[in-house]
Amino acid sequence: MLINWHSFSPLSATAGGVLIGFAASILILVNGRIAGISGIIGGLLRTKPGDIAWRATFVAGLIMAPVLFRLFAPLPDIHVDASLSILLLAGLLVGLGTRYASGCTSGHGVCGISRFSLRSAVATLTFMLAGFAIVFVMRHLLS
Amino acid sequence: MNNMISLVSGLIFGFGLILAGMVNPAKVLGFLDLAGLWDPSLSLVMGGAIVVASAAFAKAKRRTKSMLGLPMHLTTPRHLDRRLIGGSILFGIGWGLAGICPGTALVLLGTGASKGLVIVAAMLVGMGLFEFLERRRTLHLVQHNADRLPS
Repeated sequence: MLINWHSFSPLSATAGGVLIGFAASILILVNGRIAGISGIIGGLLRTKPGDIAWRATFVAGLIMAPVLFRLFAPLPDIHVDASLSILLLAGLLVGLGTRYASGCTSGHGVCGISRFSLRSAVATLTFMLAGFAIVFVMRHLLS
Repeated sequence: MNNMISLVSGLIFGFGLILAGMVNPAKVLGFLDLAGLWDPSLSLVMGGAIVVASAAFAKAKRRTKSMLGLPMHLTTPRHLDRRLIGGSILFGIGWGLAGICPGTALVLLGTGASKGLVIVAAMLVGMGLFEFLERRRTLHLVQHNADRLPS
């Protein structure tokens, strides 16, 4: 396996991970809620009374993060190489898949594994393997 | 108060994704491309997050109420089923196609990138489709059970 030393960023990656872990920690300890982003967005589509505001504010925080971040430091380079049609297909699969699986990278990958949930470990392994496989197909078989 | 907390949590979560570089789909794809030049950064993002969050969840498991006195939403279904596996496969394919997961999709939207709007819109359609299929399934189940009741 060849490591891309040019783009590997161990310090900022770990620091960013710690921030994500901290965000998940305050949400569970203070609010009693799990920081699973697909579940938080999905719950907004169900419009259960009294269950909307905390979800909407969390989502607003995520959307506002780059706006505030930019006031203090430049955003990292962002390259979206996917074409419009691939992007539409990708979004559809991410939305449908995360809801059937009851979680995504945050809910299963971070929060689930942090509470030693077997279900979340299996889900994380599964979506990682599927991700590795599709990138292999797209980058090394089809192109 | 709890809405303020979830706003702050969302903000910090977003800062973490930006600082870690995960808001850049190309960097996520660099992690998923094992056969190319591999960028291991994403594993450190998850590792760092898990180390911190596991301490919090260990504390959370011993609590009956949150610090604000709200119920702890911690019930865990334990079964492994087709929905979990199949859903995770679909999600993994979508994630690998663009390098974007639900969290980074929202942050990307906040950067003003037009492709952020596209991915979030498509993701909401996918989630809406799930809600539609779920409602239809529940309706069928209710119908099925009603048919089996002796009249």
